[in-house]
Amino acid sequence: MSVILKAENISKQYRLGTVGTGTLSHDLNRWWHQIRGKEDPYLKVGAVNDRSAKASEDYVWALRDINFEVKPGEVLGIIGKNGAGKSTLLKLLSRITAPTTGSIKTRGRIASLLEVGTGFHPELTGRENIFLNGAILGMTKTEIRSKIDEIIAFSGCEMYIDTPVKRYSSGMRVRLGFAVAAHLEPEILVVDEVLAVGDAEFQKKAIGKMQDLSTGEGRTVLFVSHNMGSIKQLCTKSLVLENGFANFIGDVNEGINIYLGKKNKKKEKKLADRNDRKGKKSFKFTQISCVDNKKQLVKSLLSGEQYVFNINYQNKTKLYAVAIRLLFVDNKGVVRFLCNNKFSSSEVTFDRKESGVIKCVIPKFPLPNGNYSIHLTCFSSEGIEDDIENVFNFEVIGGDFFNTGKEQVSKDGVLVNNDFLFD
Amino acid sequence: MNHTEDNWLYEISPKRKLIDLNFKEIWRYRDLLVLFVKRDITTVYKQTILGPLWFFIQPLFTSVIYTLVFNNIANIPTGEVPSFLFNLTGITAWNYFNECFSSTSNTFNQNAALFGKVYFPRVIMPMSKVIAGLVKFGIQLLILIIFYAYFLWQGFSISPNTNILLFPVYVLLMALMGLGFGMIISAMTTKYRDLTVLIGFATSLLVYVSAVPYPVSQVEEKMPKLAWLVKMNPLTQIIEGFRYMILDEGVYTSLGLLYTIAVSIFIFILGLLIFNKTEKNFIDTV
Repeated sequence: MSVILKAENISKQYRLGTVGTGTLSHDLNRWWHQIRGKEDPYLKVGAVNDRSAKASEDYVWALRDINFEVKPGEVLGIIGKNGAGKSTLLKLLSRITAPTTGSIKTRGRIASLLEVGTGFHPELTGRENIFLNGAILGMTKTEIRSKIDEIIAFSGCEMYIDTPVKRYSSGMRVRLGFAVAAHLEPEILVVDEVLAVGDAEFQKKAIGKMQDLSTGEGRTVLFVSHNMGSIKQLCTKSLVLENGFANFIGDVNEGINIYLGKKNKKKEKKLADRNDRKGKKSFKFTQISCVDNKKQLVKSLLSGEQYVFNINYQNKTKLYAVAIRLLFVDNKGVVRFLCNNKFSSSEVTFDRKESGVIKCVIPKFPLPNGNYSIHLTCFSSEGIEDDIENVFNFEVIGGDFFNTGKEQVSKDGVLVNNDFLFD
Repeated sequence: MNHTEDNWLYEISPKRKLIDLNFKEIWRYRDLLVLFVKRDITTVYKQTILGPLWFFIQPLFTSVIYTLVFNNIANIPTGEVPSFLFNLTGITAWNYFNECFSSTSNTFNQNAALFGKVYFPRVIMPMSKVIAGLVKFGIQLLILIIFYAYFLWQGFSISPNTNILLFPVYVLLMALMGLGFGMIISAMTTKYRDLTVLIGFATSLLVYVSAVPYPVSQVEEKMPKLAWLVKMNPLTQIIEGFRYMILDEGVYTSLGLLYTIAVSIFIFILGLLIFNKTEKNFIDTV
């Protein structure tokens, strides 16, 4: 099959810091090189796009030498951490800004959906905004007119359609915006995490529509998301970005594993060095690990088994009424359950200590299949001592919670022991 | 479908030809142009009581003030024509140029949020402003006609001359010049905002160099050394020519008109070129 979209060696360089006299001298220098027909001197410099590293240069490569091809009907999922270059890539694809080097070639019209409801005017009514927004996204008036009833029905805002958009709730605005976007008919659709908004019912509708677009109508879609669930559901191919480089291109599941694996390793190794924490700094979590009943370190857990979470810490002052809390969070950010010694046993006193270990024992692990992370917090009589998210990422891969040899299918909530009595 | 290797619809790359206006694409987005124009017209005076009446009030008050200051206090003669009508005519023309210029001169900065999310030919935005400005201009022209009729009824001997046939040319010149300058300024203020400060007071001073509150003949008479400055200003030619065709009062030369046409087209094309060069990457530095 032929290729509908081709990216060749695309790179994008950005300047760090603010615009001021410093940038003016660089601009003049660049211009001087340009009129003499020489190459831009600042293209040779530029740091790797690592968000947490110290800024050592004035320029950064948000993207570096990205190559990929997309065939018609493919749904490409673009995944990566915050600041890995996903949105920059989408901006280049949707012609909002040009690459610094390289080129993108396409055989189809690209419509981008980096935000829903782009260009909504608050004073105009819902109906007028459908036309305006549709036209901004590249539809013609006749196209919109032929679909207007469908769009209104899809948005579910029929009652308010002739009311100015400024009277809408934010959810309604999103619904209307997505309804317009969903009825776009370009050959290539570029979508950025817009599905993460709206209520559960609407999200389901939106995902359904996206699936229809790609499978039913053979539309080519490029999709960016942090939600591995929807990536898995929608995409046929994945592109993993890391620090502006393309790390992996290919199978979706493999891509997701690479992304999660990278994420886990990196976070875990650095727990003691991480700076994205709240608290007073005198108490610090340094490490966390999980062992099963055979004292083996594990990252893939089984529901119903016993696990011990070993939490290392260091403490510089005496603390009273200490409570350690572990929040078990799923990949949608929902807290499934928590462990806190304040309730399950009692608060304790901590002495000054160079290093210590806290053990949290969960005799019958209650989570169903899925990917989870732990959000760890230490409270004392003084307030929050240390608080850090995503300290430990793990997945649950089955298990026999009820000792019946049967696995619960639903992945929501937690598993609890229960008995049925039938008379 | 059988694609050859180079059969691409378009290519996104850092290099851009000097003149790279995709007219086909602009034509495809014509509905958007119409909708932007509609939006601009209908939303300006939403939730105001007087609504479009505000279009009348600004030129009327300005004309009254000009008449009081320049004609009554400073005694600038306006020939056969009543001073108020003289000022109103000049202001009507000036306002359209000013509207075109000021509404397009912040295109990039004002629409950064929209331009940063979706692509459409950027030039649609300033074009829509210029077209939407025509409505305001039309309304102000109406008020001019009403006062014209009133002064005729009062017995003043005023009448338009055959130059009135050039009316569309003058409107087009004002639009081209306003749009051209607006696009240049818009492109130049995306990275360094210094110019925005200048523009604020420059336009209000430009009124005086463009012969809005006085006839060109007065400058020649009273400041012969500086008259060239006023006369070389293409805007002066437009304002004076506009007054000449409507009031049959003032200086008109075909050479002056040709000069203005040439300058306007030059400014417009220069504006387009700079605008096009900027639109590609402005979102990174805005």
